[in-house]
Amino acid sequence: MEYVISVLLSGISVGGQYALIAIGYTLVYGILRLINFAHGDVFMVAGLMGIYLTSALPITVSLPLVILLTVLLGFTIERAAYKPLRNAPRMSVMISAIGVSYLLQNTATYVTGGQPMTYPTIPFLSDTVNVAGTQTKWVVIITPFLVLALVLGLTQLIHHTKVGMAMRAVSKDFETSRLMGIQVNSVISVTFIIGSALAAVGSILFFTNYPAITPMAGAMPGLKAFVAAVFGGIGSIPGAVLGAFIIGICETIIKGLPSAWDVSVFSDAFTFALLIIILVFKPQGLFGEAATDKV
Amino acid sequence: MKKNKNILPALFGVAALLIFIILLENISAIIPGLPQVFQPTSPLFTVLKKAAVYSLVAVSMNLLNGFTGLFSLGQAGFMLLGAYTYAILTVPASQKDQVYYLFGGCAFKFSIVDLFQSFLGSSGAGGAAAMVLGCLLSIILAGCMAGFFAYLIGFPVLRLKSDYLAIATLGFAEILRAIFQWQKLGPITNGANMIKGFPTFSSFNITDANGNVLVRLSTFVPFFITSLCIVLIVLLIRSSYGRAFQSIRDDEVASEAMGIGLFKHKMLSFVISSFFAGVGGALFAMYVANAQAKAFTSTMTYEILLIVVIGGIGSVSGSVLATFLYVACSEWWLRFLDSEMFIGSFKVPLLRNGFRMVVFSIVIMVIVLFFSRGIMGNREIDFGRLLGKKRNVETGKKKVG
Repeated sequence: MEYVISVLLSGISVGGQYALIAIGYTLVYGILRLINFAHGDVFMVAGLMGIYLTSALPITVSLPLVILLTVLLGFTIERAAYKPLRNAPRMSVMISAIGVSYLLQNTATYVTGGQPMTYPTIPFLSDTVNVAGTQTKWVVIITPFLVLALVLGLTQLIHHTKVGMAMRAVSKDFETSRLMGIQVNSVISVTFIIGSALAAVGSILFFTNYPAITPMAGAMPGLKAFVAAVFGGIGSIPGAVLGAFIIGICETIIKGLPSAWDVSVFSDAFTFALLIIILVFKPQGLFGEAATDKV
Repeated sequence: MKKNKNILPALFGVAALLIFIILLENISAIIPGLPQVFQPTSPLFTVLKKAAVYSLVAVSMNLLNGFTGLFSLGQAGFMLLGAYTYAILTVPASQKDQVYYLFGGCAFKFSIVDLFQSFLGSSGAGGAAAMVLGCLLSIILAGCMAGFFAYLIGFPVLRLKSDYLAIATLGFAEILRAIFQWQKLGPITNGANMIKGFPTFSSFNITDANGNVLVRLSTFVPFFITSLCIVLIVLLIRSSYGRAFQSIRDDEVASEAMGIGLFKHKMLSFVISSFFAGVGGALFAMYVANAQAKAFTSTMTYEILLIVVIGGIGSVSGSVLATFLYVACSEWWLRFLDSEMFIGSFKVPLLRNGFRMVVFSIVIMVIVLFFSRGIMGNREIDFGRLLGKKRNVETGKKKVG
């Protein structure tokens, strides 16, 4: 029983961390129709910045700074690598995204020397707590609540502010919203800023729970978060969050199955199997609008 | 038909290239005292072998992405299938227990090379013939295995479009990688451990009875197989099927209206491309002398995709050219970026392990952003013209490995 609780707890927490990344994918895809392959690597870079900054500055300064710098990185990537290709075929933008991902990974390898880096212990978040007889870290308990709070805030932003309305308009119809006087480029920048900020928060929560960061650490969580976004219906924030929780929980359950079955190697593969099933049978996802350009 | 006029000079080009490679490989044995670069241990030959292998995979990816317009990222998965099929089929039966010692031997007790040896003899010319035939058959089977899986995967995924197809094929590659690392399949795949002990490129060197190398063929072999495959791909691209692929790329609705079966042609392109990716995977296993699932990550697919982009999406000769440039830079010419360097007493800043890949990625980003057509765009190198026969021909020429 205690084992089940601990698996569920960590599943919910992993799911919450994926959710924060998945929102970045789903927002960007909703507006640009681009799978931002570099998003997972932005998440990894945020983790590395966390390591370098906390070793130099007090934690109260460094963590906000991590979020700020990640936002700056996301903004720069959009301006430098995606904006010049606004009128190019979708394939070119996607290749550019893969190129950025390659660049971030190689730069991270260069800076860290390819060594796994240990994430610093963050007071309180890393402390252990006893829930229903299982020892766990505070971060595991806090993640789902923090995610829900952020998502509520974000949905308020999208539904009740001017920039939110502009985002919805641009994702509905790029050309028309431009004709209606919406500054499409600033809306896209805002999207990337929100996505990167959430990825930075996600990286703090995610890596607190993991021993080390490697330059490849962002790729897999990134892809899984994307699958979560597709699962929930791309473009839909509640969908992405729900998808991320389902994937996080299923993945931890698979990892937690008896080792005699030896199925933990499939924890990543499961996500992709889910993706293919969803794409084949319900391509609009759980909450997505029926669209015609997926299949 | 004018197009056939360009086939002959291209075939001559391929043949000349293959002869040149044999000479290049053996020149250090014929003329002593040549510079280090011509010695068999030189990075030149590593680059040539690796580039030959990669160019086949790049061209197979270009067939799908550039000529059919299907943006697939499953290449590493099909290479993995090819590499494992080749490795499992060719590890000599006598070595299987040693390679699979963790699992108490292999489920496949036989090896195709042994099979040929049993009726061609295991030494002398018979043994050599058995090895060549056994390896060739295994490589073809490796391609067939990849093609067969592509056929199965194609039913669900080829209905998807652009980025959804990309992410679904990427997912299939990851699933395959997990399956091949599953310990339960250990007796077949050797679990997460590598399979080794099968014939590699250097097994094709002709040796005397004492094992001294008489004629080196280890670079010739990948060049030969790659050129053969690329010639086949080019012939396919120039056939009516290839034209159908290109019309699907340019406009699906219009080509369907012209009577081209969309699904049938997409499937055909997907299976053929995967077949050659599987052959490329088998060659890759021969190049690195082992088969291990964790080598075939999505990073490998991205690398090949970037090569295709550098060469020009929709240009076979561009892909080949880009592969050789890319591999030569990453394995040889830019190696110096990875080690510290002093000019006099001045230490050149930034140079240290990993810098080469950073420079590389920046170059790639510049190409993607500012030269999105790559080296060749969608043109091809005109071999007739290279040989000096100026002719008035339209577009779409021929290339070589």
